[in-house]
Amino acid sequence: MAGSTTAPTGLSPVMVLILKRLGIGALLILAISALLFIGVEALPGDFAQNFLGQSATPEAVANIREELGLDRPVIVRYLEWLGGVLTGDFGQSWANNASVNEQLGKRLANTLFLAAVAAIVAVPLSILLGMLAVLFRDKLPDRLINILSLIAISMPEFFVGYLFIFFFALQFGIGDGPPIIPNWSDGFFANLQMVFLPAMTLVVVVIAHMMRMTRAAIINLFESAFIETAELKGLPMFRIIWKHAAPNAVAPIINVVALNLAYLVVGVVVVEVIFAYPGMGQYFVDAVTVRDMPVVQACGIVFAGVYIVLNMMADVGSILANPRLRHPK
Amino acid sequence: MVELFKSMPFSAKFGVIGCGIFLFCAVFAGLIAPYGEREIVGDVWEPASGAFWLGTDNLGRDMLSRLIYGAQTTIAVALAASILSFSIGMLLSFTAAVVGGWTDQVLSRVNDMLLAIPTLIFALVVLAALPQNIFILIGVMAIIDQTRVYRLGRAVAVDVVVQDFVEAARLRGEGWGWIIFKEILPNVLTPLIAEFGLRFAFAVLFLSTLSFLGLGIQPPAADWGGMVKDNKDGIIFLVPAALYPGAAIAILAVCVNMVVDWMLNRTSSLKGGRG
Amino acid sequence: MSDTLLDVRGLKIGATIFPPGEDPKDIEIVKGVSFTLEKGKVLGLIGESGAGKSTIGLASLAYGRGQVRITGGEVFLGGEDILKYRPSGIRSLRGRRVTYVAQSAAAAFNPAHKLGEQVIEATLRHGIMPRSQAMERAKHLFKILGLPNPETFGDRFPHQVSGGQLQRAMTAMALCPQPDLIVFDEPTTALDVTTQIDVLAAIKRAIEETGVAAIYITHDLAVVAQISDDIMVLRHGNTIEYGDVKQMIEAPREQYTKELLSIRSDIKPEAEDQSGALLRLNRIDAAYGAGLQVLFDVTMHLPKGQTLAVVGESGSGKSTTARVITGLLPPSKGEVLFKGEPLPPALKGRSKEQLRQIQMIYQMADTAMNPRQTVAEIIGRPLSFYFGMGGSEKAKRVSELLDQIEMGTGFADRYPAELSGGQKQRVCIARSLAAKPELILCDEPTSALDPLVAEGILKLLMDLQRETNVSYLFITHDIATVREISDSIAVMYKGRVVRFGPKSKVLAPPFDDYTDLLLKSVPEMELGWLERALASRKMEAAGN
Repeated sequence: MAGSTTAPTGLSPVMVLILKRLGIGALLILAISALLFIGVEALPGDFAQNFLGQSATPEAVANIREELGLDRPVIVRYLEWLGGVLTGDFGQSWANNASVNEQLGKRLANTLFLAAVAAIVAVPLSILLGMLAVLFRDKLPDRLINILSLIAISMPEFFVGYLFIFFFALQFGIGDGPPIIPNWSDGFFANLQMVFLPAMTLVVVVIAHMMRMTRAAIINLFESAFIETAELKGLPMFRIIWKHAAPNAVAPIINVVALNLAYLVVGVVVVEVIFAYPGMGQYFVDAVTVRDMPVVQACGIVFAGVYIVLNMMADVGSILANPRLRHPK
Repeated sequence: MVELFKSMPFSAKFGVIGCGIFLFCAVFAGLIAPYGEREIVGDVWEPASGAFWLGTDNLGRDMLSRLIYGAQTTIAVALAASILSFSIGMLLSFTAAVVGGWTDQVLSRVNDMLLAIPTLIFALVVLAALPQNIFILIGVMAIIDQTRVYRLGRAVAVDVVVQDFVEAARLRGEGWGWIIFKEILPNVLTPLIAEFGLRFAFAVLFLSTLSFLGLGIQPPAADWGGMVKDNKDGIIFLVPAALYPGAAIAILAVCVNMVVDWMLNRTSSLKGGRG
Repeated sequence: MSDTLLDVRGLKIGATIFPPGEDPKDIEIVKGVSFTLEKGKVLGLIGESGAGKSTIGLASLAYGRGQVRITGGEVFLGGEDILKYRPSGIRSLRGRRVTYVAQSAAAAFNPAHKLGEQVIEATLRHGIMPRSQAMERAKHLFKILGLPNPETFGDRFPHQVSGGQLQRAMTAMALCPQPDLIVFDEPTTALDVTTQIDVLAAIKRAIEETGVAAIYITHDLAVVAQISDDIMVLRHGNTIEYGDVKQMIEAPREQYTKELLSIRSDIKPEAEDQSGALLRLNRIDAAYGAGLQVLFDVTMHLPKGQTLAVVGESGSGKSTTARVITGLLPPSKGEVLFKGEPLPPALKGRSKEQLRQIQMIYQMADTAMNPRQTVAEIIGRPLSFYFGMGGSEKAKRVSELLDQIEMGTGFADRYPAELSGGQKQRVCIARSLAAKPELILCDEPTSALDPLVAEGILKLLMDLQRETNVSYLFITHDIATVREISDSIAVMYKGRVVRFGPKSKVLAPPFDDYTDLLLKSVPEMELGWLERALASRKMEAAGN
């Protein structure tokens, strides 16, 4: 059995698993691009009609269809669009004929900055809170954390955002209210200070879900028989946590983080609108409002793509963290 | 019923009472609201007073009355969307779990694909392509949300389908109808009801977010997310009008979540007696 | 008395349980148990589930699982009451003076670390010996325990070795710090019978060579007889009988112990005429999916009113054989003949009448009944489904069936969760009887039950066979059960029937190698069996 698990290519089984996972991810992005382009087109309603509004004359609609190239078959347009996307060209906005790329580049950086700040605070904090809840399981701190996180998952992002603006920015003078426009020539820390409130809003939204799931994952872990074995070896608590629980906690916690990235992606869209922050989210919402399809599709595929890539990375991480997969039979 | 209520912990009681109050407001909005939904009764953003308990909004309409009517719209639309999503999700997931084979494969893979797109992103793309209309809105919310129902429904049903008592029913020669309704459904009812609560809470939040972004329910109809959008510019002038509907959404979601939490805790002890 | 290592006096252990929909309540698991253990001796704790034996074992490490806590009594180890120790004292006790071997070593090893590191961890942490010396000791123990490649065995991860090997590695882990006492908690229960004998022998040899004292917990009196010096029989948290092994096996005083000893001794005489065939399997091949063939050329038959025992270990294909007969897994080759007629291979193709004639009883009665249906509904469904019965006619038949399984009508309105394990299995039997079947497939119906309860179920099945002339195809891994109930036997190994015929022929020499191994691996209730069995085996058990 020992030799047979190694693939003929000489790759280790873990590599094969990881490559498979990456392949599936790439396939998924492709499928979703098709769904966002062709599937959306198949829906009732007409882009040109929607774009111009219900009162537009049939001639105007026909004109614009031709102008935008909507009279050609959808498959042809999809393949053209896909070709463009793969070479980094997202086409032109219908609304102002500007290049989508230019806007996308600038705004993606802003969005990633905001999301990264939020993630860097939220991930360690929620893991810490999750562990704290487990440590004081069924005692006051656990119940308090439970109730607070339940309230936090029940609050819409915009409510949290306006609460922060109303109380912190306006009443106490902590942090800035909208509009928040980062300026990279001001230096990193000036920008960091500027995004304080939007980032905190995101943190509140993400942390609640992440903390609850971390708690469940850790409780599950501590009920494993091998933790009992460690206790019965007379090991001190610190060693049990560090040596026996932690190595096995990595994979489930990576999974929890990955699952909750969805809240970050959705949250960032809303938070950008609240704080009038010039990122992808606001660009996206504005384009949806005026039905500027090239921009909508570009933003859609970028958001979905980023989310899938992050998930894929998490999957690879948890494969690498799993001793059963890392040390095959 | 009374005994069940008495046996609940404080948080669940709070949740049940809260849900009851919101439901009451939604059903009898016309009777209890002091002013009309679209009636302009005062100045823009008047502060709270004896006449207007929560002040007036950006057009001078009574905030409290709008909140009560908003409960009607928000709850009705969210409920419709969650019932629809639940029905679709359950039907598909049970079919997949019981029939198995290719049906299961195809449904599950398509579902996986939809799950890979964050909900709001998907909704925004689809809503950009569709005419603005409340039924379309409900439909889109339901289609997106059914993916979550499907995932849970299938997991729960697959769990039950592999039990020996279902195999025993198949060996007896029972039809699919008996197996689904008599053998499986009674065993998965509690987690499913809890899931329905979660879906409803999610639908309220999701609808409000869409309305807040200007893509959900269109003015002048009162709905909570839209009211936040209408009044958000007042925040800068320290007018808290936008915070009330936000708080209403949060409180309703908290109440539903508290009831669901209690139900889920109860299920674990109910299922199968031991083990 | 200077040789006394462990002295337990009036030990009481309680727990808080949380019954659904009721207030939490305190129950007593162990109700005042006393015993002493001398250095280098082995005490066997035996009893059915819920007897409190594991709880007592863990109490000698001053440990209670979950909600369990020690409420009274004293546990003296080397003269000191360990229940009075502070946390630091307890830590220096566990893993140093007392160690533990769990039932499932697969779950008890940390998947993230190498076996060797885990085996020596307690030894190093308690500063018993330097690392190099601990490593040497681990290798030495691996060797005593008969593990393959003792030099490199410690470099492997837990998931890379088999269940039997893990169980031995856990024994090495318990022995490594040179403790005074090891608690073995059902260390061979989860293993196949041919693996169990090797692990048992390895444990016994290791105990003898290291001179450690041990508490050996099991539900199997025959196992404990091979390894213990003293035996304590427990039931519902009370001591039933306590004495040395020879007295307990050869001259038990208490009725309960006598019953445990006489289990499976009531052997049914086999039917003389075994020529007819109600059921005949004709050269069956079967596979899961495309590549995984699990049955190869399986042929056997079962005459009407008789019992065919299909015996084998996990992976032998015995349960798959039942799935083929029921039509859940259509065979890829061969046919199933019932009353001389071929049965449609798939469940879908069979008529209601064909389905009615073959019924099934499962291993886990718990999951075989819908928890949301009452006993009357469960038993009543075949009556209305097959015979269109309803109303008072159905109710009357249900109560007849309840009488037949010796439970009575009082149980009609109960839910499965309110029944004991044995009662649940009885209800399942009643459900299959309700269909008035010709054949009942019994898939290990007694293996999840305590010995005496299982005995009751077997007796009931035999009585019902005499009354109704029903035939049984009885799947089991337990040779003693096979001896007791069968007329004919099919021995299966790796998907093939290696031996088939009347009981008297199958169980008499000359044996094929596998049947020999299987028969010799079944613990017998006599002293010295283990050594004799090991000496006379023709074939080594593989893959353990």
